[in-house]
Amino acid sequence: MTAVIHASDLTKIFGKSTAVDHISFDVREGEIFGFLGPNGAGKTTTTRMLTGVIPPDAGTAMILGYNIRSEPVLAKQEFGVVPETSNAYTDLTAWQNLMLMGELYGLPRARAERRSSDLLGMVGLLERKDQKVQAYSKGMKQRLILAMALIHEPGLLFLDEPTSGLDVQSTQMILSLLRDLNTQGTTIFLTTHNMEEANRLCHRVGIIRGGKMVAIDAPEKLKTAIDRVHKIEVSFDHEVSADALAGLDGVIDANRSGDKWQITAENRDAAIRSLVTFSRQNGASIVTLNTLAPSLDEAFLRLTQEVQS
Amino acid sequence: MNPAGFSGQMWRAWAIAKKDIRIYYIKGPVLIFGVFMPLFLFLAFLMGSRQLPLSFLISGLVGMSLFFTATAVSPAIFPWEGQAKTLERLASCPVTVEAIVFGDMIASTLFGIGITVITVIIGLVLGLTLVHGITLLAAILLAACCFSAIGMLLAVPPTNVPSNIMMLSSLIKFPLVFISGIFIPLEQMPAWGLALAFFSPLTYFTDLVRYAFTDTHYFPVLADITALAVFTLMFSVVTMFLHKRTMPKRM
Ligand SMILES: Nc1ncnc2c1ncn2[C@@H]1O[C@H](COP(=O)(O)OP(=O)(O)OP(=O)(O)O)[C@@H](O)[C@H]1O
Ligand SMILES: [Mg+2]
Repeated sequence: MTAVIHASDLTKIFGKSTAVDHISFDVREGEIFGFLGPNGAGKTTTTRMLTGVIPPDAGTAMILGYNIRSEPVLAKQEFGVVPETSNAYTDLTAWQNLMLMGELYGLPRARAERRSSDLLGMVGLLERKDQKVQAYSKGMKQRLILAMALIHEPGLLFLDEPTSGLDVQSTQMILSLLRDLNTQGTTIFLTTHNMEEANRLCHRVGIIRGGKMVAIDAPEKLKTAIDRVHKIEVSFDHEVSADALAGLDGVIDANRSGDKWQITAENRDAAIRSLVTFSRQNGASIVTLNTLAPSLDEAFLRLTQEVQS
Repeated sequence: MNPAGFSGQMWRAWAIAKKDIRIYYIKGPVLIFGVFMPLFLFLAFLMGSRQLPLSFLISGLVGMSLFFTATAVSPAIFPWEGQAKTLERLASCPVTVEAIVFGDMIASTLFGIGITVITVIIGLVLGLTLVHGITLLAAILLAACCFSAIGMLLAVPPTNVPSNIMMLSSLIKFPLVFISGIFIPLEQMPAWGLALAFFSPLTYFTDLVRYAFTDTHYFPVLADITALAVFTLMFSVVTMFLHKRTMPKRM
């Protein structure tokens, strides 16, 4: 697979503080790449360097094969951007904003008009296309910005927290649009705080903390990587002894909490098999059995705290 | 069409100019300011009249009109757009800083020409005779480009507070008017004033307008035009170069 975004040693220094500190990573063609990090970690700064809005102080970014510093126009022609702060022209209507974008991307008028109607229909703004953006709600503005970023059918899309502060409906609309775009082949670089969103949407995520990349992998792998041991929660309809449970194959430890047992297991699969055998042999049927997978939240907290200490 | 090529960028500059005109120029207060500002200055001067002929005053008025209108709005566009973050949108589009600056210049040039033509018509209505129409037209076109480049030059300091820039630009614009032979004919200026006048493009434009209306001039007409052309080129190149450097600081 080819790298659509190739960042190497990207660095940005503001005064005395290093906002982004020698970051290197690749985003592959056709994937949704999640860029996660706490507030002030340097996500927006990185996105701005990648999209050619601000120059890096060191390092290079190759976007779709173009160096964003030496061939900015050719690179920008091929991608779309949904920036952190919504920035349509509020004195123009949605339609005028889209026409302006069409001109800035060099589209013939007819194609721009066709694309604009399609996109406005897709984001549910067609009836309000002749209203000034001033009068739009936050969610409407954000959907318009997404439409503006897609006017030239880019193969790569950058989004900086596209769903922050939006209601469930707008969020779902945007996320399902992103999923559809990705299915049609668009590569997506998505900055977000929302672990659930990243977990459901992204093929791979990169976690940034204090300007440094601390992990980069598939969400599932990140989750399992942080916990070498697994937790299983089980309850029986009879009393069983802690020692008997702890002695089972694959089980490290068993702790009682309420009417349930918290089992710490080295090998989740082996532990579950022995629990089932144990229940059959002792005539104690299993009432509940849950595997407690670490969430991406936990992985994120763990990874971002490690760097802090 | 190659988006990075010359004509590709020219089309984008034109798109930016149309956007500017729509958002920043076609607004009641801006239009009113454009028409009344030079008119009031002129009236103030007429009241304290020093027995100068009307044709002299009208020439000065045309000079001021163009100068003030072409530099009225453009210095604030970058700060406004920096504040509204729309500048970030432009920066992420396939358009160069030069094309953005050029687009802003086109808009202020057109605005300046439009208002100045109104002033000229007022002059004609007041009974003035136009002696050299073609020269006047050429002078207005050239000077409008020159003054709009000055307007963009005033926008170079990378502040996103429009009032700062407006203050700064007034500070530079008003003194320029006084040394440019608008209120005091160049012939009556002291030597130091004349020395300063050499460095003001407004001087050469006013001289051309005077020539167009009264057939008198201080410098040779060709020298006036050459000076304006050189200033235009110089200011355009400098303002584009400087904006390229300061643009990222606005983000
Ligand atoms: N223009 C700027 N001038 C000075 N410092 C800046 C500038 N932009 C960002 N910073 C600093 O750089 C660091 C990273 O900021 P950045 O906006 O990239 O974080 P972020 O990860 O996007 O945060 P958030 O989740 O809040 O959006 C912060 O410490 C911020 O204060
Ligand atoms: Mg951010």
